[in-house]
Amino acid sequence: MNLERRDFLKVLSAGALTAGNVTSVFAGIRKTLSADAVGILYDGTICIGCKACEAACKQYNDMPPESANLEKATGVDGIWDESYDLSEKTLNKIKLYEHGDASTHNSEENGFAFVKKACMHCVDPDCVSACPVTALVKNDATGIVEYDKDACIGCRYCMVACPYNVPKFEYAQAIPEIVKCELCNHRQAEGGIPACCEFCPTGASLFGKVTDLLEEARKRIKLVAGSTYEYPMRSLDEGDVSPKTVAPYINYIYGEKEGGGTQYLLLSAIPFTKLGLPELSATSSASKSEGIQHGIYKGMIAPIALLGGLLYGAYQTTKNSEG
Amino acid sequence: MHEKQALGGRLLTKPFWVLLTLAMIAGLLLIKRFLFGIGAVTNLSDGYPWGIWIVYDVLVGTALGCGGYSIALLVYIFNKGEYHPLVRSALMTSAFGYTLAGVSIFIDIGRYWQMYNVFLPWHINVNSIMFEVAACIGAYVFVLWIEFSPTFLEHRKSLETKKKLNKFLFFFIALGVLLPTMHQSSLGSLMIIAGEKLSPMWQTGWLPLLFLLTAITMGYAVVIFESLFSAVALKRPLDETPILGKLSVMMIPLLVLFLLLRFGDLIWRGQLGNIFNDGMLGAFFVVENVLFLIPIIMLASAKNRMKATTLFWSAGSMILAGALYRFDTFLVAFNPGVGYHYFPSASEILITVGIISIEIMAYLIFVKKLPVLPAIKHS
Repeated sequence: MNLERRDFLKVLSAGALTAGNVTSVFAGIRKTLSADAVGILYDGTICIGCKACEAACKQYNDMPPESANLEKATGVDGIWDESYDLSEKTLNKIKLYEHGDASTHNSEENGFAFVKKACMHCVDPDCVSACPVTALVKNDATGIVEYDKDACIGCRYCMVACPYNVPKFEYAQAIPEIVKCELCNHRQAEGGIPACCEFCPTGASLFGKVTDLLEEARKRIKLVAGSTYEYPMRSLDEGDVSPKTVAPYINYIYGEKEGGGTQYLLLSAIPFTKLGLPELSATSSASKSEGIQHGIYKGMIAPIALLGGLLYGAYQTTKNSEG
Repeated sequence: MHEKQALGGRLLTKPFWVLLTLAMIAGLLLIKRFLFGIGAVTNLSDGYPWGIWIVYDVLVGTALGCGGYSIALLVYIFNKGEYHPLVRSALMTSAFGYTLAGVSIFIDIGRYWQMYNVFLPWHINVNSIMFEVAACIGAYVFVLWIEFSPTFLEHRKSLETKKKLNKFLFFFIALGVLLPTMHQSSLGSLMIIAGEKLSPMWQTGWLPLLFLLTAITMGYAVVIFESLFSAVALKRPLDETPILGKLSVMMIPLLVLFLLLRFGDLIWRGQLGNIFNDGMLGAFFVVENVLFLIPIIMLASAKNRMKATTLFWSAGSMILAGALYRFDTFLVAFNPGVGYHYFPSASEILITVGIISIEIMAYLIFVKKLPVLPAIKHS
């Protein structure tokens, strides 16, 4: 019996060693953009907060308006949309930053600024790693994070995992689904671009290949404040431009590095934390959790060895007993 | 062989009626949940997608169901036959705890009719900690009932079948140790992916080991607590105190290891100072660790360990510690961002209370009708 116990302890210590590898398995950046990855560059400095993107998003994704409080009070319904944030009925959302007397656009002090919230289409998405049934998938070519309701079991682990709280759940439905932006892939399939970009009157939401968008973003943050720049409209490929005065950009592209990078990039003239965007490490949480899990379960060697030891131990102790 | 006997006695006692009423209230609320959605009965939100159904019923519930695992580890793997009298009732509580955790998952998940997708090879995602947890818990519920089945066979006097089953029971006993080792650690790993949303005092790569250590310790604590509590409640003699005292020693090295690992990790990551900077969270952290410390101190002397009251309170403190650690990791220290708050709704709590009631009723039915508890020695 001493022998079997020693064997068992050996197995246990092997398991502990694997688990002890915690720091070394904190992998670096492990996933890169696909060549054809598409995304959006949202430039908050030229956004005028008109919410045309929101209306277009609802129209082309068949999303219902969220009743305004005034409407609820008067019994009229569905005329005004008054969503507060992203929700199961709202896939993108313009939010306002205000400070002091809110007199100056793009100013942190006594100013105001806009930010557009939507799915970031992460390069290494935590939600995709979290989903137990592969209901969330990152498209190999476009990099769009897509949802399959026929696979989903509604466990909401994707919501726990997403650092931006993007996936939403239909709590008010008996037959609920997870709802998130899929970059209008139904419109792209017909040669179109996401509705929010097509209907943006200023070019604040700009569609394109992520590599091109990153290049465009790097160009913009180097522009001299007060100069004039010809901002592309709708889609980078279209070539349509609109000249505007350049705001004092923060020298940072949000989404270039966050959690391993995102396909939705943001530019701003006020600090991103003031806009409610989280400060994240340069690697995804998924790379850490998968690193540890795959470290422990590498080739299923540890569990199988452990089971072997357990089978031996259990057999030895029960073979002569009546249970 | 240790003699077991059914307690007998009246089933429909006053407490039983109270439990039955609570279970029926939960049943009515569940009808509402399935007709009008999860939002109709819970305070869950997009920021807090998991509430007490997951954190109490599943996380704490399965940890409380670790008695069978912890005792099997001792008896069958480390060959400590002297604890054999505790196996049967421990397995029974485990079977209830895990089965009802499974029921709670079914209630909590939105698209429950597709739950089996977790077991379909073309759907599963091996990168998902949730897949590991779901598959392992599902399999373990099955294993637990097989491990417990000799009790039914004895009751029905099917001794031939029992003999046959005994031949390959060792296989299920081994699985019954492997599976909880896997999923109790993975239950901790679940929160690694929550990244910056979980306070750095709780967020660590060591979550799997910390969860595993507390699960095993809670397993021993539950066996002690339940044994003493049922002895008093069912008016049985406190015959088991010496063996429970011996068992309680197991908790000390596990808890010391847990605390060393936890504080070592915090110091290593330079996060220990947060205890004082983080207001409420710091307080929760301190209370949690004091509760972990109490059983170590109370059980340190061999003389104290033989007192039923010491055992009772130290086991109680351990259970609270493990439960609070799980609540903190999944709810209290989880902050999805400005504007989100969570406190369970009355309906949510009543459904959980109903599930606990069903568990206690099942316990009463089983110990009164089946040979689960050790026979009382008449001297």
